[in-house]
Amino acid sequence: MTAVITRPDALLYDGVEWDYDKIKRVYDAVEHIALKEMGLDVYPNQIEVITAEQMLDAYSSIGMPLMYKHWSFGKHFARDEMMYRKGYRGLAYEIVINSSPCISYIMEENTMTMQTLVIAHAAFGHNHFFKNNQLFQQWTDAEGILDYLEFAKTYITHCEERYGHAAVERVLDAAHALMSQGVHKYPKKRSDLRTEQRRERERQEYQDQTFNDLWRTVPKTAAGPRPSKSVSERKKLLGLPEENILYFLEKKAPRLEHWQREILRIVRHISQYFYPQKQTKVMNEGCATYVHYQIMSRLHETGQISEGAFLEFLHSHTSVVFQPEFDDKRFSGLNPYAIGFAMMQDIARIAENPTDEDRQWFPDLAGRGDGMAAVREAWANFRDESFVLQYLSPHLMRKLKLFSVRDDAEDPYLLVDHIHNERGYRDIRKKLARQYDLGYLEPDIQIVDVDLAGDRKLILQHRVTNGVLLDESDAKAVLRHIANLWGYEVQLIEVSAISEAILKEHAVTAPSGIGVM
Amino acid sequence: MNIIDRRLNPQGKSLANRQRFLRRAKEQVVKAVRDASGKRGIQDIENGEKVTIAAGGVREPSFHRASQGGVRDYVVPGNKEYVEGDTIQRPDGGGGGRGSEGSPDGEGEDEFRFVLSRDEFLDIFLEDLELPDLVKQKVKQSESHTLTRAGYSVSGSPANLNLVRTMRNSLSRRIALKRPKRDEIRELEEMLREAEEAGEDAEQIQALREQLEHIVLRSKRIPFIDPIDVRFNRFETVPKPIAQAVMFCLMDVSGSMTEHMKDLAKRFFMLLYLFLKRRYRSVDIVFIRHTHEAKEVDEETFFYSTETGGTVVSTALEEMQKVVQERYPHNEWNIYAAQASDGDNMSSDNAKSATLLRDVILPMCQYFAYIEVAAEHNMGLSALGRETELWRTYKQVQSPERPLAMRRVRSRREIFPVFRELFAREKAGA
Repeated sequence: MTAVITRPDALLYDGVEWDYDKIKRVYDAVEHIALKEMGLDVYPNQIEVITAEQMLDAYSSIGMPLMYKHWSFGKHFARDEMMYRKGYRGLAYEIVINSSPCISYIMEENTMTMQTLVIAHAAFGHNHFFKNNQLFQQWTDAEGILDYLEFAKTYITHCEERYGHAAVERVLDAAHALMSQGVHKYPKKRSDLRTEQRRERERQEYQDQTFNDLWRTVPKTAAGPRPSKSVSERKKLLGLPEENILYFLEKKAPRLEHWQREILRIVRHISQYFYPQKQTKVMNEGCATYVHYQIMSRLHETGQISEGAFLEFLHSHTSVVFQPEFDDKRFSGLNPYAIGFAMMQDIARIAENPTDEDRQWFPDLAGRGDGMAAVREAWANFRDESFVLQYLSPHLMRKLKLFSVRDDAEDPYLLVDHIHNERGYRDIRKKLARQYDLGYLEPDIQIVDVDLAGDRKLILQHRVTNGVLLDESDAKAVLRHIANLWGYEVQLIEVSAISEAILKEHAVTAPSGIGVM
Repeated sequence: MNIIDRRLNPQGKSLANRQRFLRRAKEQVVKAVRDASGKRGIQDIENGEKVTIAAGGVREPSFHRASQGGVRDYVVPGNKEYVEGDTIQRPDGGGGGRGSEGSPDGEGEDEFRFVLSRDEFLDIFLEDLELPDLVKQKVKQSESHTLTRAGYSVSGSPANLNLVRTMRNSLSRRIALKRPKRDEIRELEEMLREAEEAGEDAEQIQALREQLEHIVLRSKRIPFIDPIDVRFNRFETVPKPIAQAVMFCLMDVSGSMTEHMKDLAKRFFMLLYLFLKRRYRSVDIVFIRHTHEAKEVDEETFFYSTETGGTVVSTALEEMQKVVQERYPHNEWNIYAAQASDGDNMSSDNAKSATLLRDVILPMCQYFAYIEVAAEHNMGLSALGRETELWRTYKQVQSPERPLAMRRVRSRREIFPVFRELFAREKAGA
């Protein structure tokens, strides 16, 4: 490494205090490195300075700048606030929103070095990832999200005024309980939130125009028993089996009002919007951490930040990427920042300075040069699961001393399955990848049957893998919510994915007086 | 790049969510608050309170796997000595919580802790209590006027012009008087021009011209907006009653009052003060202590300095009467009084006290609470059998139409229940 001579006049800033001029200067310098040297590609940036209280606000409304009102957000705020005030927990330095322009929040308490770090991390790292990762490109609509949230907020407020807080709360509670079961995992087309908004407005207008009170007085046709169709025909008509429970209820629940369906739709869209983020925690943080590390090092190399500032940066950087070992008191699972950052560095290393082992494991990647390009490619094309499966190298497994443990409830002991050796690499990699696979982490629950002509009982099925059943009390509570929306009896059957044997059944009866509101 | 300073944005964005949350958890919060208030001193009540409620009512359920049972695989870092096939003692808690499958976000905890703000705490703490007899609210200062909408008027300042009303009047007048529309005029003009261009006969042109003149004139005579159309929003100044209250704390500080009794009295006064504070914007407090003579003192002296002497209750009542006459005319102030005593009084003074109370004090008070404090261990006699001098005296005065309430308090625990009993909503006015 060449000796770095710091010229005081080249410094972007000095001291800890920040102001807008400094931020502007720093932003320009960071932008230069990010775009020109690292080849990043970002949405336009918008940086917003907020206070600690506003940060807590943002926490409670899942990071979004605007959100509809619901008690659960108040609950999270109350808890976060207490944790913060009592000093149990600090606040994040930043929050960044996948929107265009990409909004990054920075806190007023941060020092100038922290602001620099946050700009590099959020405004360029996360921003690049949001814009370029294929999951985000395919599934989220960065231009439309803020407008859509505005619409959602107004719509729900409007519903509250019109139908009462309690009625809206009941629908929202149910929808929130089913949020994880409200995503299309294989979407046909990218959701366009602006069209979505327009669609609802047009529908409402049409309804208002064509409203005729006379229809209410028309006697209902006596529902004679219709011939029950065969099970397969029935399933086909209803599009069953369906794993997107919210979608099914929105479209098919017989007793919901139009506005209730629209609320389900809103929650479903928001859930869908966050689905890619849930699947790319390691990559997203790894990307942002790698970017800020590169940028800060470069700023330091070129003498644009002082030694003191660089040390301050290293201090917070190392605490972010710190990975306690499994027997450490502080251990609480793998740190996505740590593993993400380590893997990004590893990819660049393999591309530029591979060992023989790397050549054997990564024939296409090893020694191809230009580590940055290799890393960018990985950011664009993978999600956590496939990323780990593709790129976790034996070198890194040894470095982290990864080992896999099997916990079988029937055995009195935990079994060390594989360790970081020749025999274990592939298995550890596979198991770690699965640890990040949402499709595997989340229970596989589908709606399998409903007899619309008969008693309208809705039947759900949980395909149990590895004998792990659902948490009973929560499952029951969620079923209660489903019954509230569906309006009739709901049953959940847990079957073994291997033997198809029924392991457990839960059922809740039809709610009384709900549904017709 | 844009930098936006959001720091000055309105605060409390999550307030609406918080209210929804509190409403949701209402039952549990009320219970927690009642529990908490039993445990601690009245002095702290002014602060917020950390409450813990059962998570049941505010649980957010979701489908997730149970934390026990089945086969699970974890990959963890930091292997030191294990080799394949080693077995590890199962850690307590069944081996869950070590992998990434730990329960999501606070699930599984049966308690939820958070901090209530002072206002929220007091609101719940003093919920369903009502001040008896709020009628005597007199207007004192003249500046407390408020403007309220009061229909429409034909005169007013341009800023208060009501456009909708004005235009409506204008439209109906124009229709009624058949003011020619602009389109009609234009049409006629068009016809005239065409006729002229086509060179029609002069008579017809003349007829058209006259017709046009006629309607133009008519439209000029009937103005688009006439002064009689114009309406203004009318506002009325309404005097706003300023409810102001003064609270008299009377206490016997003679030697027979122990620290324990004073403590009880103090707690009661504090509660009353807090309660009044919630109902009135400003509350004055007057402290009057007495032995065989009474004196108005400050709070510190009132509670903490000791005095020796006999006990003559009427002196305190006289002092109160004096203060009221000097500073708090009773037609302008809501007067509340609370008296704490161990019940001793000089026998010769009883008759005088009773008269004073009946004829002077009670008529000017909204409410007069007499709290008899007793020593904690002194369960037997005074609690069950023998009534104290003062108790007997006041009991004679007590009648349904007089705002006098009497209670005995022996221990700290009883303060709040007694207080609630006195001010519970259904008992108001009783």
